[in-house]
Amino acid sequence: MAPPVTVNTINPKVIECEYAVRGEIVILAQKLQDEIKIKLEAHPFEEILYCNIGNPQSLGQQPITFFREVLALCDHPPLLDKSETQGLFSKDSIQRARKILDQIPGRATGAYSHSQGIKGLRDTIAAGIEARDGFPADPNDIFLTDGASPAVHMMMQLLIRSEKDGILCPIPQYPLYSASIALHGGTLVPYYLDEATGWGLEVSDLKKQLEAAKSKGIDVRALVVINPGNPTGQVLAEENQKEIVKFCKEEGLVLLADEVYQENVYVRKKKFHSFKKVSRSMGYDEKDIHLVSFQSVSKGYYGECGKRGGYMEITGFGADVREHIYKLASVNLCSNISGQILASLVMSPPKAGDESYESYISERDGILSSLARRAKTLEDAFNKLEGVTCNKAEGAMYLFPRINLPEKAIKAAGEAKTAPDAFYCRRLLTETGIVFVPGSGFRQVPGTWHFRCTILPQEEKIPAVVTRLTDFHKRFMNEFRD
Amino acid sequence: MGLKALDYETLNENVKKVQYAVRGELYLRASELQKEGKKIIFTNVGNPHALGQKPLTFPRQVVALCQAPFLLDDPNVGLLFPADALARAKHYLSLTSGGLGAYSDSRGIPGVRKEVAEFIERRDGYPSNPELIFLTDGASKGVMQILNCIIRGQGDGILVPVPQYPLYSATISLLGGSLVPYYLEETANWGLDINNLRESVAQARFKGITVRAMVIINPGNPTGQCLSEANLREILNFCYQENLVLLGDEVYQQNIYQDERPFISARKVLMDMGPPISKEVQLVSFHTVSKGYWGECGQRGGYFEMTNLPPQTVDEIYKIASIALSPNVPAQIFMGLMVNPLKPGDISYEQFVRESQGILESLRRRARIMTDGFNSCKNVVCNFTEGAMYSFPQIRLPPKAIEAAKKAGKVPDVFYCLKLLEATGISTVPGSGFGQKDGVFHLRTTILPAEEDMPAIMSSFKKFNDEFMNQYEDNWNHSRM
Repeated sequence: MAPPVTVNTINPKVIECEYAVRGEIVILAQKLQDEIKIKLEAHPFEEILYCNIGNPQSLGQQPITFFREVLALCDHPPLLDKSETQGLFSKDSIQRARKILDQIPGRATGAYSHSQGIKGLRDTIAAGIEARDGFPADPNDIFLTDGASPAVHMMMQLLIRSEKDGILCPIPQYPLYSASIALHGGTLVPYYLDEATGWGLEVSDLKKQLEAAKSKGIDVRALVVINPGNPTGQVLAEENQKEIVKFCKEEGLVLLADEVYQENVYVRKKKFHSFKKVSRSMGYDEKDIHLVSFQSVSKGYYGECGKRGGYMEITGFGADVREHIYKLASVNLCSNISGQILASLVMSPPKAGDESYESYISERDGILSSLARRAKTLEDAFNKLEGVTCNKAEGAMYLFPRINLPEKAIKAAGEAKTAPDAFYCRRLLTETGIVFVPGSGFRQVPGTWHFRCTILPQEEKIPAVVTRLTDFHKRFMNEFRD
Repeated sequence: MGLKALDYETLNENVKKVQYAVRGELYLRASELQKEGKKIIFTNVGNPHALGQKPLTFPRQVVALCQAPFLLDDPNVGLLFPADALARAKHYLSLTSGGLGAYSDSRGIPGVRKEVAEFIERRDGYPSNPELIFLTDGASKGVMQILNCIIRGQGDGILVPVPQYPLYSATISLLGGSLVPYYLEETANWGLDINNLRESVAQARFKGITVRAMVIINPGNPTGQCLSEANLREILNFCYQENLVLLGDEVYQQNIYQDERPFISARKVLMDMGPPISKEVQLVSFHTVSKGYWGECGQRGGYFEMTNLPPQTVDEIYKIASIALSPNVPAQIFMGLMVNPLKPGDISYEQFVRESQGILESLRRRARIMTDGFNSCKNVVCNFTEGAMYSFPQIRLPPKAIEAAKKAGKVPDVFYCLKLLEATGISTVPGSGFGQKDGVFHLRTTILPAEEDMPAIMSSFKKFNDEFMNQYEDNWNHSRM
């Protein structure tokens, strides 16, 4: 008798979903890395350069000292009773830890909290949102989650009843969305960002895709907007955002605003505006628009991916729906407490006058300016490659250059049974140790090829990345030139 | 314009169907009353630290150091932390790929998974493969991931004990599968009868359901029973014959309060049974840092171990895990510390043993105090809490009470528990939240309130219960079993 859990008998939605960020190329990279550990000469490079994933601290970015001080004190509160602690921790981190512990029932950081997250921390986050936007936020609208991703899953679960339910997603997109929609059995309705205009978003295209989906019998329920964009890095202009908000209101769509890169903006002429702020500034309130805004501790200048901290702020939903959202959150009891604390710190960092303010600002600005420099260096490097064009990274952590692959290469890829961009990325990996994610993992206009590269390798490693990439690219184009 | 996407009417029906009583009506009411100033004793969830249990010192020291590695460079750090905590922090940091702030491998830090495998080998006497161990943000997430793989639709059934921890019923609901109940026998100490199992499976198949997996919770939640080796053999044989995956929820394996039936893992028994069964039966075992004597619920740390799953299935599960990127790193370190504890001779060993034993011995005493306390109450019968963290007394409600409940529009045990809450501030979970036989009522409470508070709590409960029973009783009639 066949065993019950084989690939032929597991949930087909599991088989269907894909997540390229940690997909085939990355698995191969890990294999090669293991081989190098055993024998240094195993490959024509000494180390793997992971440019596939927005994981800053794995590539040497340092955490913000103040945040870690507070977290350590909350992890081990007896430290606060010892006089030696004053010599090892800043005064304001001690104060903040005390304040946070007072907000936790019984000062018990090891206890399950309220399923939406500790109330006092949500108050802090709401105040942080208000300070950022100039419009009030309600702590009861906030659900703290183990990173932003579980919150996205929750919303997909709520919205998707069957494959007849569609979610509008940007192409290219961060593949959490396609994977989550597939897992929940829904339909991804693509809208194409315009590469020629810096990955612009046209509401006319949104409308076109919406109508096309409707005519196929799809009930389109929500619109995902990633701002700043991933993998595309564009920061939306405020006017554009207003158009999007108006569109959602008119079409009755839930606006799912992925804003995890809100602190990663590298161009002076652009600024991050939350969709909440934009909606409220248009005079729209709870009655006018369903809006879910996602934030995370993984990105920005804090880069605390491993902590799994984040939240969603939900506005415009009736009490009956909110009850069900709460219920869903309660099945998992609560998100990890340390991540909750970190989310509150990210939304209310040290202020001018605080003891840690100077060092905090210096750390923050150091990281952000370095990210901006790396973004520029890599963008320029890509634009110098034959057949490659690369839009500016206005924000986020990625570059998404387009590569015009010669016919010969496309044919070779076909013979190897891989997508052409995956073919290029695989060769790049095996010859240089550099790990990019093929654009097909993010989807792209059919017939175009891209790859995503993070801007995260440490600044001193960037020249090596550029050199190796440039040399490889020359060889590749020579081999496959038509 | 018609209904909007997140209007109640257009919500995913599976979401609407989900129930999770542990944080349901009673808890919400208790929270309301607490806001109004009433003193509430929350015994609704296995949340030891919320009721005063202190975290173990050593793991907290280690994680605090990992959190702030700059401390390790400070010459004065030895004034605040013992040397073995410093060494362990360095050890775990060296296993990460960039400290606590970097996503780890989606399956968890390889070095920690190795420690888990070594723990399993020491515990069971059989080698375990770290590649088949995945760390998760709490055991619950692992359960959801595995059930998501198994359930294709309504036609897929999962055998779940009744009473059960409602994570299972909620998840099966959410995933659109079918829950196939098998009833535990209260009069036989919540024992499992294979004939009941067979009957449940037959009934399900008759309805056209493909029964795919069987859940056992050992020690049980809410029922606390510890399965015997013979029981486990029966179950494994049954799974072999019926072609079921066995899902072994073993999160309470450290919480054992009697000596007749120590914890034996499903995996150990499976291996003991030898081929062909040991090579054929598919098993997934779950564990956590939330229970035991650790009680670190807020960290969200857990793992599952897969046995006899084909490599391609493991790959698919890995793929799904990778979408969530990685489990939280601090909890992975807690897991490492839990499975790789201090040894005699370590500086912090004595303190660690003192703290752990203190907690376990107290839990054992409280299990007894509560069981005896409930059994001294009118119309209340309570099996002994052999393990886990709960007491699940049967409340024999008189017909008049059931009538009054109906009039109030409440399920009878909800009615009782609400009255208990209003009168005493004790917040429990009604048995209906876990499933029970028709017409039989229970409530679940934890054994976690502080030992010094127990006598007062039990006497407060007795006063309420006996008055309630007197109020609703008529000629000594009471609900039959």
